[in-house]
Amino acid sequence: MTNHWNDIANADVIMAIGSNPAENHPAAFGHITDAKERGAQLISVDPRFTRTSAKADIYSPLRSGTDIAFIDGMIKYVLDDIDHNPGNYNMSYIKEYTNAAYLINPGYKGPADLDGLFSGYAGGLNETDGNKRKYDKSSWQFQLDEKGIPKRDMTLQDPNCVFQIMKRHFARYTPEKVNEITGAPVDTFLQICQTYATSGQVGKAGTILYAMGTTQHTYGAQNIRSYCILQLLLGNIGIAGGGINAMRGESNVQGSTDHCLLFHILPGYLKVPDDTDDTLDKYLERVTPKSNDPKSANWWQHTPKYMVSLLKAWYGNAATRDNQFGFHYLPKIETGKNYSHISLFEAMYSGVIKGMMCWGQNPAVGGPNANLERLALGELDWLVVTDIWHTETANFWQRPGVNKADIKTEVFLLPALNSFEKEGSVTNSGRWSQWRYAAAAGPGVAMGDLWMLDWLARKLMEMYANEGGPNAEAITQLNWNYGHEHPDVHAVAKEINGYDLTTGKLLPSFTKLMDDGTTSSGNWLYCASYTEDGNMAARRDPTPGPFNIGLYPNWSWCWPVNRRIIYNRASVDLNGEPWDKNHPVIWWQGDKWVGDVPDGGWPPMAVDPENTKYPFIMKPEGHARFFGPGMAEGPLPEHYEPWESPIKNPMSPQQSNPAFKIWRPDEQGTPDKYPIVCSTYRLCEHWQGGQMTRNMPWLIEMQPEPFVEMSEELAAKIGIVNGEKVIVESTRGQVYLTAVITKRFKPFQMNGTTVHQVGIPWHWGFTGLSTGDSANKLTPHVGDANTMIPEYKAFLVNIRKV
Amino acid sequence: MAEKAILYDATRCTACRGCQAACKQWNENDEFIPTVENGVQSVNRGSYENPPDLSPTTWLKMEFREVTPDGKVRWLFNRRSCMHCTDAGCVKVCPSGALYHHELGFVAYDKDICTGCGYCEDACPFDVPRYERNFVSGIAKMDKCTFCTTPGLDRIAGGWEPACVKTCPPDALQYGDRDQLVAEGKKRVEALIAKGWTNANLYGEKELGGLHVMYVLDDHPAVYGLPVDPQISAATIAWQDVIQPIGWVVGGLTILGLGFNYLVARANINREKEKKDAARS
Repeated sequence: MTNHWNDIANADVIMAIGSNPAENHPAAFGHITDAKERGAQLISVDPRFTRTSAKADIYSPLRSGTDIAFIDGMIKYVLDDIDHNPGNYNMSYIKEYTNAAYLINPGYKGPADLDGLFSGYAGGLNETDGNKRKYDKSSWQFQLDEKGIPKRDMTLQDPNCVFQIMKRHFARYTPEKVNEITGAPVDTFLQICQTYATSGQVGKAGTILYAMGTTQHTYGAQNIRSYCILQLLLGNIGIAGGGINAMRGESNVQGSTDHCLLFHILPGYLKVPDDTDDTLDKYLERVTPKSNDPKSANWWQHTPKYMVSLLKAWYGNAATRDNQFGFHYLPKIETGKNYSHISLFEAMYSGVIKGMMCWGQNPAVGGPNANLERLALGELDWLVVTDIWHTETANFWQRPGVNKADIKTEVFLLPALNSFEKEGSVTNSGRWSQWRYAAAAGPGVAMGDLWMLDWLARKLMEMYANEGGPNAEAITQLNWNYGHEHPDVHAVAKEINGYDLTTGKLLPSFTKLMDDGTTSSGNWLYCASYTEDGNMAARRDPTPGPFNIGLYPNWSWCWPVNRRIIYNRASVDLNGEPWDKNHPVIWWQGDKWVGDVPDGGWPPMAVDPENTKYPFIMKPEGHARFFGPGMAEGPLPEHYEPWESPIKNPMSPQQSNPAFKIWRPDEQGTPDKYPIVCSTYRLCEHWQGGQMTRNMPWLIEMQPEPFVEMSEELAAKIGIVNGEKVIVESTRGQVYLTAVITKRFKPFQMNGTTVHQVGIPWHWGFTGLSTGDSANKLTPHVGDANTMIPEYKAFLVNIRKV
Repeated sequence: MAEKAILYDATRCTACRGCQAACKQWNENDEFIPTVENGVQSVNRGSYENPPDLSPTTWLKMEFREVTPDGKVRWLFNRRSCMHCTDAGCVKVCPSGALYHHELGFVAYDKDICTGCGYCEDACPFDVPRYERNFVSGIAKMDKCTFCTTPGLDRIAGGWEPACVKTCPPDALQYGDRDQLVAEGKKRVEALIAKGWTNANLYGEKELGGLHVMYVLDDHPAVYGLPVDPQISAATIAWQDVIQPIGWVVGGLTILGLGFNYLVARANINREKEKKDAARS
C-alpha cells in the first residue's frame, strides 16, 4: 500500500476492484465501514455481487479480465471532464508532479495506429513465436534536452507530450465500448465515473483497494498501471485517504516480499545479479539509475550503499573492498530468464530441478494447473515440506488415482510452529512491521522456521568446510551467528536493521549507510526498525499522531523510516501547503516540515527552487509516470483478452497480451468447447490452500465443501437445480462440485453478446477433515508478461450435469 | 441494575460468521459437528448458509438472503438467535423455572432443571428453542442462547461481553446498557434515513416489551425475515395467566385433599389403634 489500513477511513470515495475485502479482509473492512459512516461512498466492481458489494453504495459487474477497459473508460471520462471542467481537478498536481508534460520520442505509435500493438514489436499480430513476443522500447522513451533532462511542455499542448498521447490513447474507451468489453451497464458505469471523479477535486480523496483479482492476469501489472493513471489524474497519490492500496492476502506477504521472497530481487528490492555482472562495479553500473536533473532526488542512486551494506551483513569480515565485498559469492541468474512459480514447476516437470524445499505453502492445491504440478512433484528426487499439517503437497504421492509405488520421490515433512507459536515481526499491507510474541508453545517436536534454517545453514557450513563443493566459500564464509541451540530472533532483526561496523552500534537510519564497507544492513528499507533506542516494531502507543489523521507514528514501525504515507510530498502545493487542510499529511511551517515523515526533507518547490526536489523520489526523473516506458507490453494500459477468452477482442485484432510467455499452447481452451468464463477466489471461512482451516470443525461446518457459483440463467440452460452436483472441466482437468445457484451472478450483456461466468473457491484438496476437488486443476500455466503471476482469475470451462 | 442488551447493526455486518464460530467455541457446542472421522461430513446445500437451522448445538447462525427490490440484487445478512424478550413466551410456559429472566433482563437458562417438556418451542414467536431427546438415556433437554451465562461458562458474571460480541470484526455487534444501545440504535437509524434508507428502523426497542437483542435495519423487518409486531400466542398467555394458576389451584387442592385424606386416614388408624390398645389392656 502507498497508504495504510487505518488511513482508508480518511477517504471520500473507495473503489474495491479486483478485491473483495468484506470476504477476504474481514477485520480490515472495519476501516471501510468507518469511512462509510463518515459519509464516504463505497464502489464495488466485481464479476459477481460479493459480500463487499452487499455493503457498497454502487455495484457494477465486469467480466473477469476486463479491468483495463473499465478503468481506461474512467480515465477517458476524467480526461474529457478536465476539458470541460478543469476547475474540478488539480491541474497543478498533474502538471508539476507527474510526467503529463513530458515529450515522448516522436517515433512512438500506440494501439490506435497499430491494430492494438505499440511501436517496436518484434513480431506480427497474434505472434506465436516466443522469441518475437517482445518489444524494442526505444521509441517509448522520453525526449531529453542537451543536459540529458526530460523535455517538458508545461502547456500540455505538444502532440508528443504524454497528456496529448493519453487523450488519443484513451479516447477509444467510450462507455459503449466499455460495455461491449466488460458487460458493465452503461448507466452504472457512468454513475461510477461521476462518483469516483469527485475525488479529483482539491481537498477530496479517493482510494483504490485491489487484490489478486487485479494481479492474477496475463496483464495484471497493467491493470495496476491503469489504477495508477486514474489516481494520478485525480491527484489521489500521496494524500490522506488516497493511494493505490494492495490488500495482501496473508498477514506477512508484505514482509516476505520486502525480504526478497521473489527471484528477481534481493532484500529491499535491490535487483538480483545476472550472469553479465562479472564484478560488483559492473552490477552497480547496470542497476543504479542516473539522473542529470539536479531537482530529481533519484533515490535509487544510493543503490551502491545498500548493496555493499547487504554484502557486509551477509559476509561480515569476509567481505572486503579487495574481494568486492563478496559479490562473487552470490549466485547469478541467467540473463532474461524467469525463475518464478510456473517456471520452477515446468523445470521440475522436465527434470531440471531435482529437489525442493517447500516452506509454508501448498502448491498441490494453490498452484495453477494443479494436476500438472502434482505430476511435477513426482519427478523430484526429494521433497522437504515444512508445514503445520499434512498438506496435499506433502501427501501428493497418496493422492487419489495414483499408485504410490510409481512415485520415487523421497518426501520429508518437518513439523513447524504456526505464526502464533513464535516470536518475530509481521509486516502488514500498510508496511507496518509489528513485533509479535509467542502466544502458545507448539505441539510435540514442532520447531520454528528460523530454528530449522539456522540448523540447516550451520550443517551446510560444516559440510562445505569439511567436504568442499562448488562455490563453497559462498556458504563457509557466511556471517552466521545467531546463537547456539536456539537462534535469537532479535539478533536477526538487528542484523536486518544494520550496524555501524566501526562503533558496533545499531544504525538509526538508512541515510547513514555507506558503500565503503563501514556499515552493514540486511535490508536497507528496514534500517531504523531496530535501533539503539530499541525495537521500534514493538512500540504500542495508540496516539493518532500529527493532524489527527490516524498515522499512529509510535505504534509499531513502518518502512521507509516510519513514513506512513509514501509520496506524501505530493499532498502539498508548491508552497508546502496541504491540498486538504482538513486532512494534512505534511505541512511546511516556518522552515520545516510538520506531520508525517516527509518523502525527503527538502524545502517545497516554490519556497526554495534551488534546493528543492520533485516529490516522486523513487523515479529517476522525479515525476510520477502516466507514461511507463519500462513495461513489457506497452507504456499505457491497453485492453487485451485473457489467454482463454469467450470472445474476439472488441478493441483490436490483437487478441491477447502480445508479450507474455505461452508455456503450453496445446492446453488453450476455446469457446466452442469451453464457452463459460471461470474465476477462482477465496472464502471468509477458509484460508489459502486450506491447510489450517480445513482442519477446523467450526469453519468446515460453515463452508463444508467446494462449490461452483452460477447464475439462475446458466443453471436453467444446463438444466440443474440448486445444490445439485456438476462437473466443471477445462482442457487441464475436471472437478466435481456442488452448484450454488444465485441471483448474485448474472450473465454479462455485452452489446448484444451474452457471456456466462462462474466462480469456484480454491481452498480444497484431498487431505484434512474437509476434502474436495481443487479448483486449480482447471487453471492454466500462463502468467503476467512482467511478473509471471499465474492467470488464476479468467479462463474457460464447460459445465455438465453429473 | 441497568438492563443489558446486544445491538446488532445489519448494515455493518459482513456475515463473516466470526460470531457463529465463537458461539460454538465458547459454549463448547462443537463436539457434535459432523466430521469425516465420525462418518458424516457436513454438506453444502446450495448456499453460503450452514448449518441449515438452529439446533441444540447451534444457538446462533447467520442467515443470507438474496432479494431483488427494483430488479437490483441485494444480499442481506441477519443474525438468528434468541432475542431475549421482556415478555418472553418461553419463560411464561416453562413449568420448571429452567428459563428465567436474568437480573440484567435477558432470558437465562438452567439446563439442569429443564424437564424437556418442549413447551418453550411452541411458545417462542421467533422459533428459537431447539429440543433434543437422548435416545440412550431417554432424557430430553432444550437448548438456546443463554447470553453467555451458562454456569461455568458465564462471561457476563465475569464482566465480559458475550462471545459473539467479543469476536465481531466489523463491530456490527455491541454489548452494553440497554438504554444507551437504544439511543445508539436510534442515532444510526436516523443516519440511515438521512442517507435515503427511508424504511430504516430499530427493531426490538418496543417489541414484546423490549428485546435484549436489537437490530439496526436499513429496510422493513419482514425483508430481513423478522416477524413484524411479534406476539405471544393467546394460548401461551392463557398458559401462564389462566391454565398454570388453575393448575396450581388444582394441584394445590389435590395436595390439600391428599393431606386431608392423610389426616382422616391417620385419625382412623389412630382410632383403630386406640381401640386395639384398649382391648389389649
